[in-house]
Amino acid sequence: MTQPVLKAENITRDYHVKGGLWGKSKTVNALKGINFEVHEGKTLAIVGESGCGKSTLARILTLIDPATSGDLKIDGQSINIAKTKLTPELRQKVQIVFQNPYGSLNPRQKIGKVLEEPLLLNTKKTAGERKKLADEMLVKVGLGPEHYHRYPHMFSGGQRQRIAIARALMLTPRLLVLDEPVSALDLSVQAQILNLLADLQEELNLTYVFISHDLSVVKYIADEVLVMYFGEVVEHRSRDEIFANPQHEYTQTLFAATPRADVESIRERLSN
Amino acid sequence: MSLLEIENLRVEFDTSSGVFRALDGVSYSVDPGEVLAIVGESGSGKSVAMLALMGLLPKTAKVSADKLLFNGQDLKTLNPKQRRKLIGSEIAMIFQEPIASLNPCFNVGFQLNEALKTHTDLGKAARRDRCLELLNDVGIPDPKSRLKSYPHQMSGGQCQRVMIAMAIACSPKLLIADEPTTALDVTIQRQILELLMNLQQQTKMALIMITHDMGVVAQTADRVIVQYKGKLMEEAPVLDLFESPKNPYTKALLSALPENATGDRLPTVADFVQA
Ligand SMILES: Nc1ncnc2c1ncn2[C@@H]1O[C@H](COP(=O)(O)OP(=O)(O)OP(=O)(O)O)[C@@H](O)[C@H]1O
Ligand SMILES: Nc1ncnc2c1ncn2[C@@H]1O[C@H](COP(=O)(O)OP(=O)(O)OP(=O)(O)O)[C@@H](O)[C@H]1O
Ligand SMILES: [Mg+2]
Ligand SMILES: [Mg+2]
Repeated sequence: MTQPVLKAENITRDYHVKGGLWGKSKTVNALKGINFEVHEGKTLAIVGESGCGKSTLARILTLIDPATSGDLKIDGQSINIAKTKLTPELRQKVQIVFQNPYGSLNPRQKIGKVLEEPLLLNTKKTAGERKKLADEMLVKVGLGPEHYHRYPHMFSGGQRQRIAIARALMLTPRLLVLDEPVSALDLSVQAQILNLLADLQEELNLTYVFISHDLSVVKYIADEVLVMYFGEVVEHRSRDEIFANPQHEYTQTLFAATPRADVESIRERLSN
Repeated sequence: MSLLEIENLRVEFDTSSGVFRALDGVSYSVDPGEVLAIVGESGSGKSVAMLALMGLLPKTAKVSADKLLFNGQDLKTLNPKQRRKLIGSEIAMIFQEPIASLNPCFNVGFQLNEALKTHTDLGKAARRDRCLELLNDVGIPDPKSRLKSYPHQMSGGQCQRVMIAMAIACSPKLLIADEPTTALDVTIQRQILELLMNLQQQTKMALIMITHDMGVVAQTADRVIVQYKGKLMEEAPVLDLFESPKNPYTKALLSALPENATGDRLPTVADFVQA
């Protein structure tokens, strides 16, 4: 078998929280030994209860935060950001779409510049080339060149989410970690983004780690599904297996609680 | 009498590429105890309409309306002081981006306590109990230790739930919930929706629920409004909307559910509506 693009071995992460003036400080074990690997051109979906450690893991996988312990390998190379500086090559290879797009955009930077910045820092493209690529990317995510000169606050929630996706795609990363990337999008724009991600994956063999609580989206996009519960992996299998026969209790509850959007269930609710 | 009445609401923004009309003559009303769901394309003006009504848009926005009434009171002529009094106690809003609307400098307990101090007559001990009760209601485990957490120490869904706790703290007459459960998995989503529906039934609170999740609409709404490019496309009781959607955009919305994917492509609005 080929070498995985991403391999996580026994990753842990503790947060130390101060307990106020006299309170004892406390340790939160947000990740308790995570193991998995993802192969080129595949999509691994991560699901799990709110607070189970998904975003914490996402920041470690994308080399933003260090793990407390464990080994992270990208294309077979062990990386520990606490010890060694990141190379520009690695920075380009791995991108993230944050759960909270507003917080990740500089309020004083125009959207066009937001998109061009990664190109400016990491490539030798000319100003003209950069502008052209930014305009094209805006169109791909369902916005337009007329948005180039606007600031982040001038966009709707879903538009900002798409800007964050566009920015992450500018450098065509090898590995893209998306943290709830379509959660604020209406179904039609969501479909457009999911189609775009699928196209890019097919064309460029991109690898995705896709965090989502929306099971219908997971079912559409994932090759494999990893279920987390209180900082641990409790189930990790192929999409078809997991949807056909969820094993862990949390996975079963998750599947059973999915709200139904059909006429029958509305009738039932209204008759009560 | 309606609790909220909006007639011919328009919002325009000055942008570098000219005037942009975000909202183009939208009218609707909400009764006490009613759940109105607003669905519509990203960028169609759902949030802008709510911010206009609360007087929270930036100065670059030009707002006009024939009517903007809450409980018979004209929202257009309120001075800032009257508005502050109304907002938080009688009208509360759960914002679409929770972390952006919590104050990063104060812990959760402090922020909840301030809301209760400003808008209720509860004493110190009662406020503390109420804080814990609210956090428990929104499904935050170990509420007591959470009181000391700062927003950046919480997960996305935890912030969203604290925001919800703040919004319902003062038993508002109208709760505007802008995508309130986007960051939550379905198990917690269900708990939050039940909480909101209970409040609505017990206190006759009216609820405006902005959501793109048709499952949430199906499970909560009495009536649904569909918005597209700043205009109101369709308004119908919830059952009618799902049973016989009239507008092409509504049909597109319902068929874009990923579970309706045929083959490996998802249908988008462009497949239904001519631009
Ligand atoms: N900087 C921090 N300091 C202390 N605790 C933290 C910090 N960041 C996160 N935590 C805690 O670690 C746990 C995991 O958080 P994380 O953001 O990874 O959850 P998540 O799975 O992404 O949840 P959600 O679905 O709600 O976004 C949570 O209990 C959270 O409160
Ligand atoms: N300050 C502003 N300046 C210019 N345009 C703005 C400003 N604020 C919002 N807009 C534009 O107004 C339109 C409506 O925005 P709004 O936030 O109401 O959308 P929405 O329906 O809530 O979408 P979403 O589902 O993505 O949150 C968008 O096209 C947005 O770009
Ligand atoms: Mg998260
Ligand atoms: Mg919005």
